[in-house]
Amino acid sequence: MEITLQNLTKVFQSKKEDEVVAVDNLDIVIPSGKLYGLLGPSGCGKSTTLFMISGLLKPTEGKIYFGEEDVTPVPPEDRGIGLVFQNYALYPHMTVKQNIMFPLENLKIDKKEGLKKAQEIADLVGIGHLMDRKPAQLSGGQQQRCAIARALVKEPRVLLLDEPLSNLDARLRLQTREEIRRIQRETGITTVFVTHDQEEAMSISDEIVVLDEGVTQQVGQPQDVYDKPNNLFVAKFLGTPPINLFDGRIENGKIMIGDAYIGKSEAEDQEVTVGIRPEGFKIVERSSFQVEVEFVETIGRDTTLIINHPNVEVQGSFEDPEEEGDVTTVEDTEFEALNLEMGSGKSIQDQKTFRAIVDADYGVQPGDTVKFSVKPHKMHVFNKETGELV
Amino acid sequence: MLEQERNIAAWFYLAPALILLAIFIFYPIFNSFVLVALEDYNYLQQTYDGFTLTGNFRNVLNDPNFGQAMLNTMLITFVSVPVSVIIALLISVWLNAIPIQKIQGFFQTVFFLPYVTNAIAIGMAFAFMFNRRYGLINWFLGLFGIDPINWINMGASYENAMITLLIYITWLTLAFKIIVFLSGLQGIDKQYYEAARVDSASRARILRRITVPLLSPMIMYITVTSFIGAFKTYTEVIGMFGERLGPPGDPNSMTTIVALVYDALDRSGVPGAMSEAAAAALILFAITLVFTFVNMQVSKKRVHYG
Repeated sequence: MEITLQNLTKVFQSKKEDEVVAVDNLDIVIPSGKLYGLLGPSGCGKSTTLFMISGLLKPTEGKIYFGEEDVTPVPPEDRGIGLVFQNYALYPHMTVKQNIMFPLENLKIDKKEGLKKAQEIADLVGIGHLMDRKPAQLSGGQQQRCAIARALVKEPRVLLLDEPLSNLDARLRLQTREEIRRIQRETGITTVFVTHDQEEAMSISDEIVVLDEGVTQQVGQPQDVYDKPNNLFVAKFLGTPPINLFDGRIENGKIMIGDAYIGKSEAEDQEVTVGIRPEGFKIVERSSFQVEVEFVETIGRDTTLIINHPNVEVQGSFEDPEEEGDVTTVEDTEFEALNLEMGSGKSIQDQKTFRAIVDADYGVQPGDTVKFSVKPHKMHVFNKETGELV
Repeated sequence: MLEQERNIAAWFYLAPALILLAIFIFYPIFNSFVLVALEDYNYLQQTYDGFTLTGNFRNVLNDPNFGQAMLNTMLITFVSVPVSVIIALLISVWLNAIPIQKIQGFFQTVFFLPYVTNAIAIGMAFAFMFNRRYGLINWFLGLFGIDPINWINMGASYENAMITLLIYITWLTLAFKIIVFLSGLQGIDKQYYEAARVDSASRARILRRITVPLLSPMIMYITVTSFIGAFKTYTEVIGMFGERLGPPGDPNSMTTIVALVYDALDRSGVPGAMSEAAAAALILFAITLVFTFVNMQVSKKRVHYG
C-alpha cells in the first residue's frame, strides 16, 4: 500500500493564540511494501505526522492517500492501520493472548479462527510461548513484540511504529531493530516508523525522510542521504560521530580552511561552511592542512584523533528526546510543539575541536603533528547564510 | 531502650484517636454483645432477670415490623446500589469525555452538590416534588397526558412509595460515586483509548473491555462501601416520610433494620427493649459482614489492580 502525503500541514493553536506549525506542507510518497523512516530531532513533527497517518490527529490542511483512496476524512478505526505506541500501550488487564485477540474481536472474526491467527502472529514475533502472561510479567522487548503482534494481527494495510526502540536497552535495541526488519520483510506490510536516532533509521530503513521544524529536509535511501546531504542540517543530523564543520571560503576555485587548501570547487568565491566527515581524513606526506593532535582515542580497528583547530565552527548538539524521558501521545505532540516554540535550549559544545578517524596502523600519538588530505566525497560545502549545498 | 521509648511516643500519638474510638466504637460494640445476652434488661433501673442466648434475637424476629424492615432493606440495597453504580459510571464517563474544562467543572459541581447537602432537606424537597397535587413530577407526567400518580401521599400504594424512595436514594448516592469514578477515569492513560480506537473498538466495547476493567478497583471500593451504606439506610426514609416511616395512613411500611434499632431504643424504658436494639444491630452487622465477604471474594477474581 503506497502512502501519499500531500501538502500535509498541522497547526497547533496554543492558549495564548499563537500558532505553532508542527508539520509544514509535507509532500512525501511512501513506497509500497517498504520500511520507511521518519527521522528528525525532538519536536520536528515526525510523531505528529505519524499520528496524522494513523488518523488520531486531523491534519489542518492537506491530504493523505492510501494507494488511490483518500483516507483524510476516514477515522482511525476504519483506516486499517496497525499502530505501535512508544510505550506500547498494551492493555494491562489482558493477557498477551487477549491483547492480540482484541482487534480481531472488534472486527467480529470467528473466535476459533482468531485464536489461530493470534497464535501464528505471536509465533512470528517470537512470543508464542507467553500467551497467558500479562504485560507486567513481560520484559521490555517482549512487550514490544506483543505490541507489534497486536498491530499486525488484523493484517493492516499500513504498520506505524512510534519510536519503537526508545524504551529498550542498548543490546535489546540492536536485536529488536533486526527483528522489526525481519518481520517487515516477512509480512511485506508498508511500514512507517518514527525515530530521532539516525543510526537506527539508517540501519533498517529502505528509505528515510529527514524533517526539521515540520519541513522536509531530504528524502532518499539512507546511504544516499548520508553521502549527499542537501543542506547543513541534514549533514549535521546524520552520522556518529557528527560531521566536522569548518569556517572556510572559496577562492578562485579553491576550497580553503584558513591557509590550508583542501579541495577544488567550481562555485564562485564566497564564505562557506565546510563539512568533513570524521572518516574523510587521510594522513599524507605533503599537505598544507597541518595540525597538532590533542588526544587520541583508540577503539580497536581505528583511531579517533581529537584536534584543536581555530577554524572549527562551534555547533549546537541535538537534544536527545529520550533523556527527557518523554512518551509521546497525540496530546503530547501538541505540547511538545508548543514547548519547543518557547525556545527550549540546545546545549552548545563550545570546544573548537574536530575529530578525524584514521587507521590505527599510523600509530599517531598525542602531540604529533600530522598532515591531512581530505577525501572529496566525504566533504560537503555549504553556503554560510542559507546552509544550502554549494 | 530506645525502642521502648519510641513505643511510648507512638502510643502517645495514637492516644487521642484510640480513646475516642474506644469510647464511641469499641465499647459500644462490646456492650451490645453483653446486652444481647441479658434477659429483660431494664435500662433505667439497671436490672435484669438472668441470661439468654437467643431470647433477644427471637424478640427481634417476632417484632411485627421485622419482615417489612428486612424486605425494605434488601430491596433498597439490591436495587439502589447496582443502579446507582451503573448510572454513576455512565455519567462520569460522559463527564470525562467533555473536552472543555470549564463545562466539565460546572457539571462536576452540579453532580457533587447533593453530597454536601443535608439528606433530610433533600428528602423534603423530593417529597414535595413527588406530591400528588403540586409536585413537579406529576405536572411533568401530565404534559404527556398521564393522570396524577399518588406517589407518597395518603393512600399511596407500597410500590409507588418504594419507587419514590428508591429514586431518591439512588439520586442522593450518585454524587460521591461520580467523584470517585471521575478521579479514577482521569488516572487512566489516554493511550489505551487511542490504541483501542486504532484497534477498531466500538464505544460500547471500549467501555466494557477497557474502561470498566481499568476502573475496577474503584468500582469495587464503591460497591463495598455502598452495600454497607445501603444496609444502614435510615436517614433517607426519615427525610422523605418523617418519623412515620411511611406514607400517611400506612406507617412503618418503609421501615428498615436500622429503623428497628432506633424504634427499640425509643422504648428503652421497657424491660428488654435495649437488648432488642442490640440484637437488631448485631443481625445487621452479621448481614453486612457476609455480603462484604462475598464482595471481596468476587473482587479477587474480577478486579484488576494495575
